[in-house]
Amino acid sequence: MEKKILLANIETPDFGRFDTFRKLGGYVAVEKAMKTMTSGNVVDEVKKSGLRGRGGAGFPTGMKWSFIDKSTNNPRYLLCNADESEPGTFKDHYLILKNPHLLIEGIILSSYALGANTSYIFFRGEWFYLMKILEQAIEEAYTNGFLGKNILGTNYSLDLYCHPSGGAYICGEETALIEALEGKRGNPRSKPPFPAVKGLYGNPTVINNVETIASIPWIINHGGDEYAKIGIGKSTGTKLISACGHINKPGVYEIEMGLPVKEFIYSDEYLGGIKNGKKLKAVIAGGSSVPILPADLILKTSKGEPRLLSYESLSDGGFETGTMLGSGGFIVMDETTCIVHSLLNYTRFYHHESCGQCSPCREGTVWMEKILHRIEYGEGKMNDINLLADIAKHIEGNTICPLGEAAAWPVRSTILHFREEFEEHVKNKKCNI
Amino acid sequence: MNVEQKIIFSEQTLALVRKIVSHYPDGKQKSALLPVLHIAQAEFGGWLSVPVMDYVASLLNLLPVEVYEVVTFYSMFNTKPVGNCIIEICRTGPCWLCGADEIISHLENKLKIKAGETTPDGRFTLKLVECLADCGNAPVIQVGWDYYGNMSKAKMDEMIENFEKNHVVSHKNPYVL
Ligand SMILES: Cc1cc2nc3c(=O)[nH]c(=O)nc-3n(C[C@H](O)[C@H](O)[C@H](O)COP(=O)(O)O)c2cc1C
Ligand code: SF4
Ligand code: FES
Repeated sequence: MEKKILLANIETPDFGRFDTFRKLGGYVAVEKAMKTMTSGNVVDEVKKSGLRGRGGAGFPTGMKWSFIDKSTNNPRYLLCNADESEPGTFKDHYLILKNPHLLIEGIILSSYALGANTSYIFFRGEWFYLMKILEQAIEEAYTNGFLGKNILGTNYSLDLYCHPSGGAYICGEETALIEALEGKRGNPRSKPPFPAVKGLYGNPTVINNVETIASIPWIINHGGDEYAKIGIGKSTGTKLISACGHINKPGVYEIEMGLPVKEFIYSDEYLGGIKNGKKLKAVIAGGSSVPILPADLILKTSKGEPRLLSYESLSDGGFETGTMLGSGGFIVMDETTCIVHSLLNYTRFYHHESCGQCSPCREGTVWMEKILHRIEYGEGKMNDINLLADIAKHIEGNTICPLGEAAAWPVRSTILHFREEFEEHVKNKKCNI
Repeated sequence: MNVEQKIIFSEQTLALVRKIVSHYPDGKQKSALLPVLHIAQAEFGGWLSVPVMDYVASLLNLLPVEVYEVVTFYSMFNTKPVGNCIIEICRTGPCWLCGADEIISHLENKLKIKAGETTPDGRFTLKLVECLADCGNAPVIQVGWDYYGNMSKAKMDEMIENFEKNHVVSHKNPYVL
């Protein structure tokens, strides 16, 4: 399954520099698009590719692009979402570090497709060291005529800038990102209007994840149909999975969609099994917001089929026995992990990161953290467990942005799969781990 | 920081601010707020006092309250004085799984302060932060603009010694790294 689209050639010395990247086929897709394709052709190839957003929601990219409002002469914007803050997710970090020019090439192609003449890379504020790498690459792209006025002698022009956030998970949410870029608090906006109609400065805007954008050059070079042949079913192409926790080989892996989870966890080519010969207890497969699954259900679906790394297979079984591919943040926990403590940690995180606009999220995350705290530290009551699940249920669907669900799903799924551990904490009046 | 320090950017920094403002459309200079706050925090002692925030407001033609409300929203901005060297320790799930708590309590004992506090000599501040998007190297800490992964107590001790010896100051203008 050696299919490298995003991480090809990254071990070549100086691959982050223009000359090396170019020698190995870099920016050829820009030449092809500018010389032989209209912006509509680019959108069509991306539609054919079946590429779905890699930021977590998995929305088809070509379709999203076709929503951008082209009815006015207002400027249009492409915003690259490099805010990567979902716990367990560090793939965009690695991609930018190893392959900055691929991202820039993808931004040029995507902006061209959208008719955007300005684009911003919105990066998390802790990443100024990565901004240095990006700015060097951007400067090289300007010098070589791939950015700036009249790219490759055409009448298409594009300016690209980096913009830092200030440390707030919520700014990864696309409308909060726009607020932050406008110099405001990162409070998500109510939709509609959608950014494709009214985004940055009230103008049509598309927001895409780093990995999504970096997949575009390959699609333009080889065609959408070729891309759609990679992967499985509606999960086309490759996906970066960032794996962490109790495993022998943490890191970022580019896998072809459809790789069996079992092979991913246990084969030496990937995670190399559980650390210290321990047993697998649970996995959070798509960043901390997705439902947790116990070992048996992450390896096999409830129908007994092997679980695969794809949108469909991971969500097989729905909330009861499935999860989601999400951002590809794969968090592995061994048998020594206290699942209540782990949940307390994430719930504290969501409480800390709630922007506070909606009461179910603002108040619900406070209460869930408090109750989990007392269960973990031996002061919980049996009916606290149902109370927790109830609070979570009341957050879902009642908030402006999906952070509400992101906080609620881990709580409900952990109780669903590990209720007896909560009960033991209450009975023993302490955590036994 | 020296309380007598004049709150005014150097010519060089002002040129940088003008360049950043030029990245946004005319009249949208408010977009430069987060970048300029990062610079101001670095240049004025690692935190944003009210006079510093007022200065930033005047530079960008904003009301002071537009700056205050933003500063208090984002966790990277410090609204109280800090030590010369801020050690930011990630405490979120994946780092917790890999021993972040041990690193935190080790540092608290070693520096004799609690997380969130500054040593009496003003050398170190301990700050707990959320997932730094480097969980493959857990446990992770950040000092200034540098990431350090696979932290252990021994590695931490070595780093502290090094920071002390070299009088490391963690707040540096991120645009001139
Ligand atoms: C709370 C929250 C945090 C998010 N954080 C990120 C993020 O860090 N990076 C990202 O690409 N998308 C993030 N998203 C998803 C974005 O809102 C958006 O869907 C995505 O950037 C779209 O790009 P894509 O279609 O290419 O995936 C987040 C969403 C929510 C609700
Ligand atoms: S769901 Fe939470 S984070 Fe999202 S807008 Fe409402 S309060 Fe803010
Ligand atoms: S949890 Fe510490 S870097 Fe992600």
